Amino acid sequence: MHEGLVTLETGTNGHAAPAQMRRVIICAGTGCMANGAMKVYERFKTEMAGSGLNVILELRPEAGDGEVRLSKSGCQGFCQMGPLVSVVPDGVLYTKVHSDDVAEIVQQTLVGEQVVERLLYRDPATRKSCRGLEENPFYARQNRLVLHECGFLDPEDIREFMLHGGYDAARKAFVEMSPEEICKKITDSGLRGRGGGGFPTGRKWNAARVQSSTKKYVICNGDEGDPGAFMNRSVMEGNPHSVIEGMMIAARAIGANEALVYVRAEYPLAVARMRRAVADAEGAGILGKNVFGTGLAMKCDVMEGAGAFVCGEETAMIASIEGRRGMPSPKPPFPAQSGLWGKPTIINNVETLAHVSRILNQGPEAFSSVGTKDSPGTKTFALTGHVSNTGLVEVPFGTTLREIVVNIGGGVTDDNGKISKGGFKAVQIGGPSGGCLTQDHLDLPLAYESLRSVGAMVGSGGLVVMNDRTCMVSIARFFMEFTQRESCGKCVLCREGTMQLLALLDDVIEGRGDAGTLALLEKLGHAVQAGSLCGLGKTAPNPVLSTLRYFRQEYEEHIFEKKCRTGRCKALLKPEILEAKCKGCGLCLSSCPTHAITGEKKKPHHIDPELCIKCGACAKTCKLHAIEGV
Amino acid sequence: MASTPVAVDRVSKFEKLCSILEHHGHRPSGLIPILQAVQHEYQYLPEEVLTYVAMSLDVPPARVFGVATFYAHFALEPKGKHVIRICDGTACHVKQSLPVLDALHDRLGTSEKKKTTPDMLFTVETVACLGACGLAPVVVIDEQVYGGMTPERAVALVDEIAALEQCGPGTPALATKQRAAEEVHA
Amino acid sequence: MNTAIQPTLTIDGKTVAIEGERNLLELIRKANIDLPTFCYHSELSVYGACRLCIVDVEGRGVMGACSTPPEAGLKVQTTTQQIREIRRITVELLLANHDQQCPTCPRSTNCQLQSLAQRLGVKKVRFKPLHQPVPLDESSPSLVRDPNKCVLCGDCVRMCSEIQGIGAIDFAHRGHDVAVKPAFGKQLGEVECVNCGQCAVVCPTGALTPRSEVDQVWDMLADRTKTVVVQIAPAVRVGLGECFGLKPGEITTGRIVAALKQLGFNQIYDTSFAADLTVIEEGTEFLQRKTEGGTLPMFTSCCPGWVKYAEQYFPELLPHLSTCRSPQAMFGSLVKAMLPGQLSMERKDLKVVAIMPCTAKKFEAQRPEMGVNGDPDVDNVLTTQELAHMIQSAGIVFEALQPESFDMPFGFYTGAGVIFGNSGGVMEAVLRYAAEKATGKKLDKVEFQELRGDSGLREATVTVNGSQLKLAVVHGLRNARVVAEQVRAGKGHYDLIEVMACPGGCIGGAGQPVTTARNARELRTKGLYQADKMLQLHKSQDNVFITECYAKFLGDIGGEKAHHLLHTTYQSRRRINEEVLSLMQSRREDKVKVSVCLGTNCYLKGSQHVLNAVLRHGEETGRENRLDVRAGFCFEQCEHGPNTMIDGEVIHHCTPDSTIELLNTRIDNDPPDRK
Repeated sequence: MHEGLVTLETGTNGHAAPAQMRRVIICAGTGCMANGAMKVYERFKTEMAGSGLNVILELRPEAGDGEVRLSKSGCQGFCQMGPLVSVVPDGVLYTKVHSDDVAEIVQQTLVGEQVVERLLYRDPATRKSCRGLEENPFYARQNRLVLHECGFLDPEDIREFMLHGGYDAARKAFVEMSPEEICKKITDSGLRGRGGGGFPTGRKWNAARVQSSTKKYVICNGDEGDPGAFMNRSVMEGNPHSVIEGMMIAARAIGANEALVYVRAEYPLAVARMRRAVADAEGAGILGKNVFGTGLAMKCDVMEGAGAFVCGEETAMIASIEGRRGMPSPKPPFPAQSGLWGKPTIINNVETLAHVSRILNQGPEAFSSVGTKDSPGTKTFALTGHVSNTGLVEVPFGTTLREIVVNIGGGVTDDNGKISKGGFKAVQIGGPSGGCLTQDHLDLPLAYESLRSVGAMVGSGGLVVMNDRTCMVSIARFFMEFTQRESCGKCVLCREGTMQLLALLDDVIEGRGDAGTLALLEKLGHAVQAGSLCGLGKTAPNPVLSTLRYFRQEYEEHIFEKKCRTGRCKALLKPEILEAKCKGCGLCLSSCPTHAITGEKKKPHHIDPELCIKCGACAKTCKLHAIEGV
Repeated sequence: MASTPVAVDRVSKFEKLCSILEHHGHRPSGLIPILQAVQHEYQYLPEEVLTYVAMSLDVPPARVFGVATFYAHFALEPKGKHVIRICDGTACHVKQSLPVLDALHDRLGTSEKKKTTPDMLFTVETVACLGACGLAPVVVIDEQVYGGMTPERAVALVDEIAALEQCGPGTPALATKQRAAEEVHA
Repeated sequence: MNTAIQPTLTIDGKTVAIEGERNLLELIRKANIDLPTFCYHSELSVYGACRLCIVDVEGRGVMGACSTPPEAGLKVQTTTQQIREIRRITVELLLANHDQQCPTCPRSTNCQLQSLAQRLGVKKVRFKPLHQPVPLDESSPSLVRDPNKCVLCGDCVRMCSEIQGIGAIDFAHRGHDVAVKPAFGKQLGEVECVNCGQCAVVCPTGALTPRSEVDQVWDMLADRTKTVVVQIAPAVRVGLGECFGLKPGEITTGRIVAALKQLGFNQIYDTSFAADLTVIEEGTEFLQRKTEGGTLPMFTSCCPGWVKYAEQYFPELLPHLSTCRSPQAMFGSLVKAMLPGQLSMERKDLKVVAIMPCTAKKFEAQRPEMGVNGDPDVDNVLTTQELAHMIQSAGIVFEALQPESFDMPFGFYTGAGVIFGNSGGVMEAVLRYAAEKATGKKLDKVEFQELRGDSGLREATVTVNGSQLKLAVVHGLRNARVVAEQVRAGKGHYDLIEVMACPGGCIGGAGQPVTTARNARELRTKGLYQADKMLQLHKSQDNVFITECYAKFLGDIGGEKAHHLLHTTYQSRRRINEEVLSLMQSRREDKVKVSVCLGTNCYLKGSQHVLNAVLRHGEETGRENRLDVRAGFCFEQCEHGPNTMIDGEVIHHCTPDSTIELLNTRIDNDPPDRK
């Protein structure tokens, strides 16, 4: 298989593609597939053939006359608008394509060279429709390096990956470079871990490289557990070979010959694509006993997680791979010294590894030419929540929050999905380990240090936008509940501490809080932060502490005024029967188990808040929707 | 004879169990993939099967039990025929996934503690982020992902399955599953 | 400067030398700072979960001292305002999820959680009480598991798996639901626990405690129709004092006798007498095996934890175990056989209580073979701790007691019997006997220093009568497993192997007083060797009462009566003997029960094909309602595999065809009306 590829013209890392064939690309990421992308793909097959077009489903070195290639790609990151269909080199991007739209696209665009206006993306801010990526602010304002190939290559075709320069960097690493040189290049680039703490990747590799062990391991952390982040899923689904190539380079750099991708179980498609990619790379002789003729061996396995957020923590992941409960152990020793089976091990995030080949191909300078001095390169954020354009956003470090939320994201939306000018309240960055950013931070350049200084963190890069109808105490509780549920239960501070933090937040939300509640929340939060065994516990209080820092007033309203300004905290609502609506039918009166409702027939009834237990029985019986706050 | 299909099923499952253990070389380090494969076969992890796994890997049953109860994906009790999973990731949460969950619990008479209906047709559970945040809120029914859920739509989906179950037992679920499988593997 | 040679670091401003300590905690303790911890034990792996031993390391922040290796130049603060607050919050968090029924807890006054709360000045728990009561596990004859007191430090889990190699309990569930429990939430009495109780030894709270039989003994003492005799084990005399403020290892034999008399026991005897008897029987058995080509090596059998362990995991080695009962059991059996006649009373009116350093002895006493027609030879077993409770409960001021002497004859003993209480003692005592017997010459040098020591696996070669004996002394069952596996593999070539389940032997038993003194085991051992030294006789064969006992009652050493009263048999207790997976069930009375072994050995020899053939046959011939088919695990006849058990009979070398043929004959032989 590998030999056959030699005849193909080899491009350089995806930028100069070979002879451009006309192509229809269907996004086949999880989001688009859920919305019927495969039906669209099948329909294209039949419609294109029926229209006399010469449909090519296989990769070919050169285009013949009238040939149009139909291919699938990985996630293009604009999931909300899926299924996405793009036509190149025409530069047309269709959104929300239904299988019934396919005939029209084939006739109009492929045969007739016309654009189907109604399927183009319409910028909600300007109401202008955008023909392709260049006009579409969601894409145009990004700097897609890692994501570019995800939306372009067929993830299930190793030849296409190689045609665009894939595995060139790995070959270079194995054939031309020494482990020291590789580590130096990565160190020089300033690449930092994209999965959480932002530890310098080069330093991590070096620490493992200098260990004198005959057995070492490389683990790719694809256990993307932060709710609201999905860039790793996207890369594993969309460009799995780039992950394998990154691992190969890492393995060469530290002297390992075994690698393992740990993918969380919620990503079946990523698991399938990674497995297929490994098999194809083995078939192509890239992985195996004799990598690039160097005599060096390289083996790669894919392991599926079993549903435990904590396994994203390095030592817990190792325990899980070894067949144990995924409970973290104290560091030191660090995995680079003693990791999997007690051997030196490096664990890198998917996105981190996806950057590696580019650094070897284009040099560390090119990598660090974007981003900031301390946080070089680009970072992918998963933009979700109350924002017009949700999806994956890859921008250089240092980009402001405003650019992402307003310009790329198209602005904040209300609960009905309509643009809401001035509706911005906060952004939760970094998932349950991160913190919130407010109006005041809209012009903060996003980078490791700047975020840490305001009590947040890059984390895995989840950006959840929240509008003014969001109760910040409830949001803090949501994250607390998540970490509490996902705590492995090993160390006291995390196991019991998160439970008590949750109980204290419940006090606030349910109106039982008092002057001491906030002080205790802060004290306990700081203790859990400082004293917990692993990263999960150490960051668990962040959402509470950061909302307390920026939205203290909201907490105080809950406590002292027994009021939630968004009305989301049900316990604080005052039960009330609206006089204007109530016709005195008496249905509610008989349904109330605590006899809290009184009133005469045909006259507006009243509800005694003291007696009411807010069971909601009355509201259910009321046909006139006259009862609120129960 | 009623016992025949059960016995056949038990035998074929048991053969599969043996081959799973063999595939992993009876190594304790393979415990998690072994349990995943076993659960795939049995739909859950029966106690006697776990004991058998422990014995053949030469690890204490308490350890196997400890691993099986640590990970959210392992079920020690049988699940319903149709598994409905509501994503409670951040994006889904802020887009009101809880009302969807409540509506489903209401419709099926299930709860957080009692996840499966007495007729073993439905299991309702929440899951950690599925990474389909762009489609929030998301519900997955028998591996098929449904985005932009509302309480009404979710209940309608359940009604549809329940109706199919009544008129032709067995077949519709299979069809849904197959469809989903095709989409994933295509 | 010698700093280049001797690396140092700073603890609370003081320079401390690093001298091979494995972690900061050891170093800090060396500097005489008592850092609190629940989950650190020098003999167990580092766990790092209780977060109490946290320290502040300059430039690195708050870290667990137990898990941080010492590095030259570190600046460590053991107490800062922040650390004090975290420790206090940690204890409060634990208390908030604890049942706090302290006054009625068996560990009250020696509970580490309780003392730490005092030490850290916790006056009020600021957090919500979250504790949800769960039922106690009282299924085990030896231990009580009270999950309501558990702080989840995992010491018991690591002890059970790392030192004892069992893993009967482990963590289950996740997050706030985490609990330590046996597999599938079963009870301790239903699983492979060997009752050694080492989990209770390391438990910092009252979550695992020895099961108390004090109330039954009070009732017995109050019953005037009963004569209650008591035996005390060697290790008790060097432990009990700790409950009354004495140092570990201090010998309190005479005061114990006095206390027991005061408590109302009728006769006070010493288990050491029975230990002397064990030496004679076991030594004779060993010499016989050696000279007559019996099964060797021989394992000692006085430790009930080890015996159950062997029955569970090494049933094929059971012929290697000495058939001798333990001293406790020999005592009970002998006394209940001799005394009723002598005192003209009925057996049922004689009660035997044993004071033991051990929780597994409670299980041993309940073994059906250790009794006559359902009447146990030993009625109740009290641990050292329980005896202390009785003494305290009666208000006896132990320290002020005047020493008294044991009753005769079963209160007479030699030093050989006394050293049974520590690891290596049984071996040494047997050698003192065997060496003299084998040579026929008087043995002058009675101390075998080569057998003494603290290591969990010691080997020695001793020359007796010109031939070399290869000996092994192990304590801790994981070490026992190492040796047993060697024996099973035909390696090692030992002659005699002493096994004690508990670290250090009986002096480290789970019935001994709870201690935080790190050298308690060492001091107790010293105490027993001291007791041996102080006695005039050091060899069991010199015990005149033993000689008299044989002459007047038992007859020959190893003879028929001695065998009947002093020896026993063992049973395989493989965790799952035959039935693992039920594959075809039959409710009919005339069903044929088939169990095909799928243990590794049989499986490799193709037993799976046999099983499949049986099942297919059942289906094809419509006989599934007659067949009850199970996949079995191991019938311990691996050399004859594949094995199938049909209606309780093990068939060797099965093939699919032969098995089906056999089944057919079974089913066809039935009268037709039953089909």
